[in-house]
Amino acid sequence: MSISSCIAIRADVDIITARQRGRDLGVELGFPKTDLALIATAISELARNILTYAGEGEIEIALEDVGGRRGLVIVARDQGPGIADLALALQDGYSTSRSLGIGLPGVRRLMDEFDVVSEPGSGTVVKATKWQ
Amino acid sequence: MSIPILKHGRTLIVSLQSEPTDAEFVELQHELAQRVTTTHANGVLIDVTALEVLDSFATRTLREIGQTVTLCGARAAIVGVQPEVAFAMAQLGLSLDGMLTALDLEEGLALLHAQPGVGVVT
Repeated sequence: MSISSCIAIRADVDIITARQRGRDLGVELGFPKTDLALIATAISELARNILTYAGEGEIEIALEDVGGRRGLVIVARDQGPGIADLALALQDGYSTSRSLGIGLPGVRRLMDEFDVVSEPGSGTVVKATKWQ
Repeated sequence: MSIPILKHGRTLIVSLQSEPTDAEFVELQHELAQRVTTTHANGVLIDVTALEVLDSFATRTLREIGQTVTLCGARAAIVGVQPEVAFAMAQLGLSLDGMLTALDLEEGLALLHAQPGVGVVT
């Protein structure tokens, strides 16, 4: 990983900063416009999840290179309450906040690879990758 | 007010130039309802051409703006949703159902004025 960027998520302006950084890195990697919009939207939703459920956290955006195949990785990390029922949280249309989210299934649809690690009480880490 | 609202006849026009924060979106919603009432506007046009992302919050707020101004007696149209933004929204299952949409400002104005009673200067 040569290029990476980490953005602290504490307020709504940080959501905009995070998705702009993601977009900038995507442009640098030569992603088409459609993918840039998907990446920026995924970052926006993940950053929003952090604010809604954990209050604060961070978004890391990095370049991944696996045997010459390049991708953009988003890692959303928080020390919040964690997700009690991960299977349920990944179900379409599920949200505990009843307000904002298209939730994790939405982000999963936007990206090529998607992984969540979460335990109640120990925070949540979401990793999502878009391959070129 | 951080996002300017222009008036053209009985239509209010908002052109979102930089990505608004959540707070600015909510402020716009309140401000538009006020302005519709005080200026007797019957149409509201929101231009999102410059926006590269319309996420769940932005979409929901735009829909709420549509509902709010409708309750105040006007119609709202969203113009300039970029194709890649529309694609990302569709992937997420987001929609602007119940709102008028048009390609650009000009077509948006024409669409609003084609609505019964909208754009009529009395």
